[in-house]
Amino acid sequence: MNPAPTTHESPDSHAAPRTVLDASDISRALTRIAHEILERNRGADPVVLLGIPTRGVGLAARIRDRIAAVEGRSVPTGSLDVTMYRDDIGLKPARALEHTDIPPGGIDGKVVVLVDDVLFSGRTIRAALDAIGDIGRPKAVQLAVLVDRGHRELPIRADYVGKNLPTSLVERVTVHLTEYDEADAVVIADKPARKPGDKSGTPTAGSTAPTGVKA
Amino acid sequence: MTAYLITGAKIVGGEVADILLDNGEIVAVGTNLDSPQDTETIDATGLIALPGLVDLHTHLREPGREDAETVLTGTRAAAVGGFTAVFAMANTDPCADTAGVVEQVWRLGRESGYADVFPIGAVTVGRQGTQLAELGAMADSAARVRVFSDDGDCVWDAALMRRALEYVKAFGGVIAQHAQEPRLTKGAQMNEGALSGVLGLTGWPSVAEESIIARDILLNAHVGSKLHICHLSTKGSVEIVRAAKNRGLEVTAEVTPHHLLLTEDLAASYNPVYKVNPPLRTKADVEAVREGLADGTIDIVATDHAPHPVEDKDCEWSAAAFGMTGLETALSVVQHSMIDTGLMTWADLADRMSYRPAAIGQIGDHGRPLEAGTPANLTLVDPAAQRTVVPAESTSLSRNTPFEGMTLPGRVVATFLRGTPTVLDGLAVLEGKAAK
Amino acid sequence: MRHLLSAGDLSRDDAHLILDTAEEMRSLADRPIKKLPALRGRTVVNLFFEDSTRTRISFEAAAKRLSADVINFSAKGSSVSKGESLKDTALTLQAMGADGVVCRHGSSGAPHLLATSGWLNGSVVNAGDGTHEHPTQALLDAFTMRRHLGSLEGRRITIVGDVLHSRVARSNVLLLSTLGADVTVVAPPTLLPVDMTSWPCATSYDLDATLPKSDAVMMLRVQRERMGEAFFPSAREYTRRYGLDVHRMAQLPDEAIVLHPGPMNRGMEISAEVADSTRSVIVEQVTNGVAIRMAVLYLLLSGTNETTNEEPVA
Repeated sequence: MNPAPTTHESPDSHAAPRTVLDASDISRALTRIAHEILERNRGADPVVLLGIPTRGVGLAARIRDRIAAVEGRSVPTGSLDVTMYRDDIGLKPARALEHTDIPPGGIDGKVVVLVDDVLFSGRTIRAALDAIGDIGRPKAVQLAVLVDRGHRELPIRADYVGKNLPTSLVERVTVHLTEYDEADAVVIADKPARKPGDKSGTPTAGSTAPTGVKA
Repeated sequence: MTAYLITGAKIVGGEVADILLDNGEIVAVGTNLDSPQDTETIDATGLIALPGLVDLHTHLREPGREDAETVLTGTRAAAVGGFTAVFAMANTDPCADTAGVVEQVWRLGRESGYADVFPIGAVTVGRQGTQLAELGAMADSAARVRVFSDDGDCVWDAALMRRALEYVKAFGGVIAQHAQEPRLTKGAQMNEGALSGVLGLTGWPSVAEESIIARDILLNAHVGSKLHICHLSTKGSVEIVRAAKNRGLEVTAEVTPHHLLLTEDLAASYNPVYKVNPPLRTKADVEAVREGLADGTIDIVATDHAPHPVEDKDCEWSAAAFGMTGLETALSVVQHSMIDTGLMTWADLADRMSYRPAAIGQIGDHGRPLEAGTPANLTLVDPAAQRTVVPAESTSLSRNTPFEGMTLPGRVVATFLRGTPTVLDGLAVLEGKAAK
Repeated sequence: MRHLLSAGDLSRDDAHLILDTAEEMRSLADRPIKKLPALRGRTVVNLFFEDSTRTRISFEAAAKRLSADVINFSAKGSSVSKGESLKDTALTLQAMGADGVVCRHGSSGAPHLLATSGWLNGSVVNAGDGTHEHPTQALLDAFTMRRHLGSLEGRRITIVGDVLHSRVARSNVLLLSTLGADVTVVAPPTLLPVDMTSWPCATSYDLDATLPKSDAVMMLRVQRERMGEAFFPSAREYTRRYGLDVHRMAQLPDEAIVLHPGPMNRGMEISAEVADSTRSVIVEQVTNGVAIRMAVLYLLLSGTNETTNEEPVA
């Protein structure tokens, strides 16, 4: 199953879709984030990367490769599904779970860097923090995102940001990655016609619409 | 007693004519009839006049289960369905196995006024299938019982069945057999076939009915008595009875309205309203019993009206009671499945639902052609009407009709019992009880 | 998907979704905290009209690991034994606000009735009804087979024993065929339904001929009491013709596995050596049962009722 691109949409806008980051922009941003992670943590030693499905997992893998290129060794990288920890779980149809894969060394005493594509309301990250709490006790948790589009609803902020992107609530932000899509790009568009089951009108009601959920 | 002039009715099997009823009899049939003063006229234009229907197989539940039906409510439902006579099955509590119980039912019937009630006596004591009941005493009683049945249970012991058939020869009785080999139907819930296997409901195989029918036809041929087969339901049974009749063997048989229309597929809903004994069968069986009824292999339609209180059907399938109500829908179902399909005429229907059942049950006042000088037992039917079955509208005490929501043709407009209306404008006449 | 009543109601996508979800649920066993918050605040009632400790505790563990509140309502010691009807029991559960009702009943179709009667609004999970179905057992069997055999597409699966009275067999035949497996049921003719034309499987009376062509063989429990009803002459003869012992097991292909839904009649349909052999995945089936039931409860109960009504999960 190839999941639909992650979208962060808002209603009633009519601007034409426009690409705000192209492949080389994304590549540079990820390289910078990899360096920042190494700098902040004084090397790769304590770091465990956990991507939030779907596109966070692809981004985490790319960051892992960049760290490996610099450090000459790989950092433990996995994925963390937060579906069952979301605060709107009882408000929407049941969703398919994504894969959770905790690297063999676990996360106790490690620095967990959560990786996601778009930071919006912050609710996904809150769910991720709860999920991490059930898995172990890391020394610290940090957050890396490709795009921060603002409109936070919780006291959460990213430690590593590829691009700060001021957006209107009526716009949607879509991240395309070659692992899942045709090309690398970050696109802003007006909200398309509402699809059944798609209730991501406001950040409150699922700002980061979960990937892999069929409409 | 009020006289009634029924005008413009199509006399079944005859012409359009007027019918004058007075003093409990049909006084005249024809046109431009002279009627006495104060005659009430009923415009029957477009209606068919049928002899009052006779049901050889009704469960009135009284005595014992007055929460399901009483003689009064059951005969009222019968009248609404166009019946003027019903035979009350013996599986009451206490069981109708003595002269006392059959006389009680007979008396309640006379008091009800909606239809004549002819009690059926049990074949064996307590319908236990071990010892003959006092058949002669019931025959000699005020109820004049001629039909005997352990219905609900089969007289499975071949020796006992033989003796019962022999014994009733003394007074011209008939044994009505509920054909169900008990060892083949232990715990049975629905027709045995592909569907029962899928639904996980214990099967009631056709052969359990057919083997008893075949056995009893041969037993009866040996002793020369009268055998009637209750609620025949399978293609194989039709073939056995047809073959027997072709060989000149004595046997009569009935089919229920529900077996003429419904199939086992309804069990897939696990809705116990479709649980009945014998069970609903397959499409092939339905076609066979229709054909058998049309060609006379099956002599009559009998309702097996089996009322049950709500709680006996509002439960899981295996815990639910067997049976369906049928008196009020029988005529419509037969019209729908036999007449509207071109298999039978209205005259055939009068034969299968009035003349023949009255003959088998040996009751002289019913099942007579609509002619001057006969008892005024008749019913007027609007064949063009359509109605949707709504259980809550039933005049029976019970609501377990399997035809809920179905739109069926035909409507009983009026019924007369010995010249007194029991139903007018499709509604039971309220003073039915007092009218007697 | 609102209820799980029959394995036949599941499309291939539905079945894969449940199996995939169960994979995620199973990984929970390796974590320090074996609990997920998905059903926090939801109430699951285990409504058991038949004794089945195994199935009940499996559902109970599943619901608790998803943080649901669990109420066990068993016929013994409750008002059911005093003659309370299924309807009144259902109305009671509705009044208590049951979001999910896991129903085990001796009467085929009872869970179906609960789901369609309008007596309660909650989702109904069939935990075994009469001689009809046991869909979560089939799901855990398929899950266990998939873990050993990979995709079940084209896999040859043999089910042996009292198919006539087995809800496990019915659900497995339906589910496994949906998943693309080639299913054969093997039994003495007396223990097969009289007409199996609508079953998506082959039938055989000959176990020895079928075993060499089996990637998995599932032995069904055979009750000795059936002997009294002349379904077979004696336990010894049954075992001789349809029991799985080490000699028969040797006919299986190398990678083939042996399943049994339990409880086993050791020495009757399966010998102790086979039950305890390396081919046997019987203990694993129990472990997987919890994961499957977690997946089913999660998919049925975690979302809103209204929406799941309209569209099947994912």
